[in-house]
Amino acid sequence: MTLERQFDAAAPIQWKMPIILSVAALVILGFFGFGVDSNDVVFRWSNDTDAIVLANTAINAQLLGIVLGAISVLAAAASIWFAARRKQVPWYLSLIVGFSFIVGLISSVGVGTNVNVVFILSSTVALSTVIVFGSLAGIIGERVGVVNIAIEGQLLMGAFVAAFLGTITGSLWVALIAATLGGALVSMVLAVFSIKYLVDQIIVGVVLNVLVSGITAFFFSTVMSKNGVGTNFPGTFPIISIPFLSDIPVIGPVLFSQRLTTYLMFILVPLVWFVLFKTKLGLRLRSMGEHPLAADTVGLNVNRTRFWAVTLAGLIAGLGGAALTVGSVGSFVKEMSAGQGFIALAVVILGRWHPIYAAAAALLFGFAGTFRIWAVQAGAEIPSDLIQTTPYLVTLLAVTILVGKSVAPASVGKAYEKQ
Amino acid sequence: MKLELRDITKRFGSLVANDSINLTVESGQIHALLGENGAGKSTLMNVLFGLYTPEEGQILLDDEEVTFSGPGEAMAAGIGMVHQHFMLVPVFTVAENVILGHEPTKAGGVLDLGAARKLVRDLGQKFGFDIDPDALVADLPVGVQQRVEIIKALSRNAKILVLDEPTAVLTPQETDELMEIMRELAKSGTSIVFITHKLREVKAVADTITIIRHGKVVGEASPDASTHELATMMVGHDIQLIVDKADREPGEVALEVDNLTVFDVNNQKVLDDVSFDVRNGEILAIAGVQGNGQTELVEALVGLANKVKGEIKLYGEPIQSASVKKILDAGVGYIPEDRKIDGLVGDFSIAENLMLDRSNGKPFVGGFFTIDTKFRDQFARERIEEFDIRTQSEKTLAGRLSGGNQQKVVVARELSRDLKLLLASQPTRGVDVGSIEFIHERIVAVRDAGLPVVIVSTELDEVLALADRIAVMYKGRIVDIVPGKTERAKLGQLMAGVQE
Repeated sequence: MTLERQFDAAAPIQWKMPIILSVAALVILGFFGFGVDSNDVVFRWSNDTDAIVLANTAINAQLLGIVLGAISVLAAAASIWFAARRKQVPWYLSLIVGFSFIVGLISSVGVGTNVNVVFILSSTVALSTVIVFGSLAGIIGERVGVVNIAIEGQLLMGAFVAAFLGTITGSLWVALIAATLGGALVSMVLAVFSIKYLVDQIIVGVVLNVLVSGITAFFFSTVMSKNGVGTNFPGTFPIISIPFLSDIPVIGPVLFSQRLTTYLMFILVPLVWFVLFKTKLGLRLRSMGEHPLAADTVGLNVNRTRFWAVTLAGLIAGLGGAALTVGSVGSFVKEMSAGQGFIALAVVILGRWHPIYAAAAALLFGFAGTFRIWAVQAGAEIPSDLIQTTPYLVTLLAVTILVGKSVAPASVGKAYEKQ
Repeated sequence: MKLELRDITKRFGSLVANDSINLTVESGQIHALLGENGAGKSTLMNVLFGLYTPEEGQILLDDEEVTFSGPGEAMAAGIGMVHQHFMLVPVFTVAENVILGHEPTKAGGVLDLGAARKLVRDLGQKFGFDIDPDALVADLPVGVQQRVEIIKALSRNAKILVLDEPTAVLTPQETDELMEIMRELAKSGTSIVFITHKLREVKAVADTITIIRHGKVVGEASPDASTHELATMMVGHDIQLIVDKADREPGEVALEVDNLTVFDVNNQKVLDDVSFDVRNGEILAIAGVQGNGQTELVEALVGLANKVKGEIKLYGEPIQSASVKKILDAGVGYIPEDRKIDGLVGDFSIAENLMLDRSNGKPFVGGFFTIDTKFRDQFARERIEEFDIRTQSEKTLAGRLSGGNQQKVVVARELSRDLKLLLASQPTRGVDVGSIEFIHERIVAVRDAGLPVVIVSTELDEVLALADRIAVMYKGRIVDIVPGKTERAKLGQLMAGVQE
C-alpha cells in the first residue's frame, strides 16, 4: 500500500481574505450606501469638446452605494464559502469588492456634484507613470538578483539631467537620452560596488540615493535657481493625440492622448514582460536571480549579465525621471521624485515581480494620488487632512490584501562570488 | 571519451586540497572515486569542470591537452556534471532547466519551448525515464530532480558524466535505479566518474576504483576488493565499521509523542499525526530520505516549530508549548542537523561555543553578569581533552576547525549538560570516519547510561549501527516503527512509503 496522503487535509482555515472582504463590504454598504444623502451623483463621461460626446449618467448615490454594497456582501459571502472549504478565494471576488469600493467612494464623495470620470482616469494614468518606470527598473534588478534600492536616485538623476541638458541644447530628444544615461550611470555605480566589490546592495543603494539627492539639490540651488530660463526650462513633450483612437469616448482621452513618455511606458510594460518570460535572455536573467550557481555551471557569466541588466534597469528608471520633468511639469524641482522610487519598490512586491501586475499595482497608487486631489476639489465633507491619508490607507490595504504568498527571486540581494 | 588527469594540484591558501593527483578514466567505464568527506574528490571534479583553476597539472581528453576557464568550455568539450547540490532552478520547469545556457530559439531570441519539450522527451525515452517537461522542478521528488540533472548533461552531448555523491539523497530503491541508468549510459559509450564514500555502492557498480585520501591518490582497487580493504585504504588505518553495542533492556517510557501535527508558516502540514515513545536506555532512530519531516519533528521536540497540534511529554510533563529555554532547562540535549547554521557560531572561539547555551547564570556567568573566563577556559580545555577535539587551543575560532572537530565541539557541549534526553540530528554528516566512530561511541554511551536517545539520520548505515528501534518517516508521517535489526531492503521499502 502506498501512503499518498493529502498534505493539507486538516490545515487551519485561512480567514484573512473573507474577513477583509466582509469588512470592506460592510463599509461600502454602510458608509457609501446608507450613510450617503439620497441625492443624485452625475458621472460625466466626456468633455463637451470631444468628437463623440456621451450623455452624463445621473444616479441616486445612496441607491448606487446600497447596490454596490449588496454585491460586495454577496462576494464576501462567497469568499467565506470558499474559505470554509479550505479553497483558495478566487481573485475575481477581491476584484469585485475592490472595484465596488472605489466606485462607492467616488460616488459618496461626489454626491450632489459632477464626477469627471475622464479626469480621474487620465490623472490616475499620469500619476502612475513614474512609478511604473521605477517598478520596471526594480523588477529587472531583482529578477537578476540585485535589489535596486537606488530607483529613487535614478529617477532624480534622470529628471535633473533631462531638465538641464534639455534646456542647454534646446532639444527634448537630448533631454530624453540624457535622462536614460543619467539613470544608467547611477545604476552602474550600484552595479560596480555591489557586484564587483561585493558591498551590500542595500547600503550602496541608500548611499546613492542620498548622494544624488545632494548633488542635484546643490546644482539646483547654485545654478538653476539663479538662471532658471537658461538652465531649467526644457519645456515638455507635446500631447500627441493618436488619430481615431483618441476619439473613442473615455478610453481615447485616457490612453491615446498622452505625452511621449507615457506612450513609452505603454510599450515598455509588455516589452519587459515579453523579454523576461518569453526570450532566451529573460530565461537567463531570471535564472541568475534564482540560482546563480546553476547559471554559472551551464557556462553563463553571472556577474557580467547582472551588471548589464542593472544598468538597463537604471536606464528605464532614467526614463521615469524624464517623465517627471519633460514629460510633465517642464522643469526640475529639488527632491521632485518625492519618494516615488520607494513606492515603486513596494509596487514591485505588490506586483509579484511581474511587469504587468506591477503596472496594475502602480495604477492603484496613481488613483490614490488622484483621489487626494479630486476629493478636495469636489468639496468632500471628510476633513481634508483625512483625505490626504488615502494613498497610505490604500497602500496598507493593498499590501494586506494582495500580498499573500508572494515569493521573491530566491537569490535576490546576494552577491555572487566565484572561487 | 577517455579522460586523463595528470599531476593536478589545487591549493586554497595553505590547504592543499589536491596534491598532484593522477587519474585515468577509460571510455565507457564507470570509474569510482572513493574517499571520505573532505578528501578532495569534489575539488578535483570542480577543477575538471572549470569551476576551479588548478595551480599545476594537465587535463587530457582523448590524449589531447585541454584547459577550461569555465564550465561552459568544459561542457562544450563533452564533460557533464551532476553536482551534489543540484544546479536546478526550482521555479523553472524541467524543460527550462534543461535548455538553460543552450536555448533553442525562434527568430529574435524567442524561446522555442516546443523544441525544448521534445528534447527532454527524446532523451528520457532513450534512457528509459519518463519526465514531464512542463513540471516545475520544485514539485518533483529529489530522485526525479537528479534525472533532470542527468538529462541536462546529456542534452549537451556529455561524453564524460561526473556524478558527485549522487546517492546521498536517494532511497535504496532509487539508488538501484540510478545504478541501472549508470550501466545503461556506460553501455552506450559514456564514461562515468562516480564520486562517493559509500563502499557498498562502489562495489556494486564500479569497473575501477581510485581511492583518495587527504588530497592524494592512495591507490587503485578492483570492485572485488573486500569492504574492509576498501575502508582501510580510504581511512588510512584499520577501522571498525560496527559500533560495539551490547543488548540492553530498555527502562521506563521517557519521551511520549502523541498525534503530533505541525504546520509551517504557510499552513501546510509538514508533520502529520506522528506518535511514538522512547524509553530510558534506548536509541530510537528516525530513518527516511531527507525532507520527509525529520527536521520538523526535531524542531517541534525542542520547541522551535511554528504551529503544533498534539502532545509531547517528557517524563510525564507536557512540553509541546514550552519555550526552547524551558525545554533545554528540562535536560534536553540537542545536536542540530547543520552545525554551521544552528550548532556553532563560526566566529566565536571553541570555549565560547562550548558555553553558548549556558549563558544564563552559574557556573559560567557570575555576579554583575560577567563571564567567568577562567572557569570557561578551564571547562573548554577539559572538554577538548575528553572529546579529542584536535585544536591548538580553546581560543581557536570554531569556524577554523575541520567538520569532524566542529561536530565534536557541538557534541561536547550537548553531552556535558545535565542530560535527560538526547536529540541528535544527522550527528555525523560531513564528518571523517575517525570522528564518526568516536561520536557513535559517545551516543551509545549516553544510551548505556540509561538515558533516552533520538537520532535522525538519512544514512542507513548509521541507523543500523546505532538503533534499538527504527521509525521510518515518509511525507511527514511515520510509516512504521521496526526493530533495530531490520533488513536493509525492508527499510528501503518503508523509506519509499511502501508498507506491506
